Amino acid sequence: MKPVAFDYYRPQTLSEALELLADKGDEAVILAGGMTLGPMLNLRIVRPRAVIDISRIEALQTISVTGSVVVTGAGLTQSEALSSEIIAREVPLLAMALPWVGHFQTRNRGTLGGSVAHADPSAEIPLALVACGGTVVLQSRWGQRRIGARQFFVGALVTQRRPDEMIMALEWPRSAPDAGHAFSEIAQRHGDFAIAAAACTVRLAKPHRVEQLVVGIGGVEDRPVAIDVSSFLGQAPGEMAAKLSEYAAASVSPMDDRSASAAYRTALTKVLVERAVNSALSIARLQRGRLQ
Amino acid sequence: MTILHRAAGERFTLELILNGQRRSGQAEPRMLLCDFLRHELHAFAVHVGCEHGVCGACTILIEGRAVRSCTQYAAQADGADIVTAEGLAPPGTLNEVQRAFMKHHALQCGFCTPGILCSVAHFLRQTPEPDERRVREMLSGHICRCTGYTSIVTAILEAAAMMRKGS
Repeated sequence: MKPVAFDYYRPQTLSEALELLADKGDEAVILAGGMTLGPMLNLRIVRPRAVIDISRIEALQTISVTGSVVVTGAGLTQSEALSSEIIAREVPLLAMALPWVGHFQTRNRGTLGGSVAHADPSAEIPLALVACGGTVVLQSRWGQRRIGARQFFVGALVTQRRPDEMIMALEWPRSAPDAGHAFSEIAQRHGDFAIAAAACTVRLAKPHRVEQLVVGIGGVEDRPVAIDVSSFLGQAPGEMAAKLSEYAAASVSPMDDRSASAAYRTALTKVLVERAVNSALSIARLQRGRLQ
Repeated sequence: MTILHRAAGERFTLELILNGQRRSGQAEPRMLLCDFLRHELHAFAVHVGCEHGVCGACTILIEGRAVRSCTQYAAQADGADIVTAEGLAPPGTLNEVQRAFMKHHALQCGFCTPGILCSVAHFLRQTPEPDERRVREMLSGHICRCTGYTSIVTAILEAAAMMRKGS
């Protein structure tokens, strides 16, 4: 199991990488952590003429807070993100999703940008980005495009990225201090791809009124989705988890494949949304209490 | 331009630090790092199992971090500081974790063991007081078909306790 012969390029700077990409276009693949591309190369699922290794471009490995967003460089490893105090404080939903991403050993090398670029329907980082309402920053030699995560993912392994573009950074809206977040997932073994996953963010205006609400589902459709939950805003949180889980299960169009039937994915959606909503609500109640 | 380019099929000399010593060997762009370490540098503790990042047998330490060596390429590792199971303790001796593995029969065929030992080295540095759940979560990145994992968990927890006592 060895990859096809390829030309190896290792740029030191972003502009060199973009230059190469402009020149090689769709003959090239971008290699960051290699946690997905490595297997695909070894199994010869991809047979590129050129591999552009961006793993030593330091400008891609940063975390910064800019106004209302946290900006993570595309090359930031999952373990660096997991141990970041900024992410734990400002983007708790991502911090909760990361322990579900692969394993200790793969997170040490795998990157946030790589997972988003690959766009596996069951991947946790794309789901967190969609649920947060985050943005993908794409850069080519000719300019920059910023695309909302909810538009960026088109289908299984398909995104809006053009061959001459690379993901430069991800923008994560900062969480309100009184928001509650939760992430839940079912996989065959811990660290395997999710059969289904759910993310929830909720804020309570008063103890009995839900002000902000997001429910995201991964692994069920061919891309991560945020369910339209606007009809639940302003309601009391009492029966919300049960009602929302029924609603979410009715809203999704589940995939039917080797790892799970459509009916099973619908059933998991219901269970996971209920868990995530209940847990996000309890955290939101606690946060409200703490801040008052 | 400071772009490093290695043409497809080009043989080149690669230098890195393996277990504290400067070493070099011949590589080509598509050569996996695990193959380079075994075939060129004879670091046979690097075991090659699934070759797509799933089984954990090829886990090594690069700059002190436990990573797969089958899903990266030798060309990426020039100048890197690499430790394999051979380098976890001075030759002829065993470290705390290795002694605990022996005591608790935490290996049978031994194929998965060098990779696990490398993971544990990084894990215990980062998490000196792990509970069983944390140990099992870390071990989810390794496949062992002999032990059923229980003895491995016991050995790691005991080694962690011994190391805390010692330091």
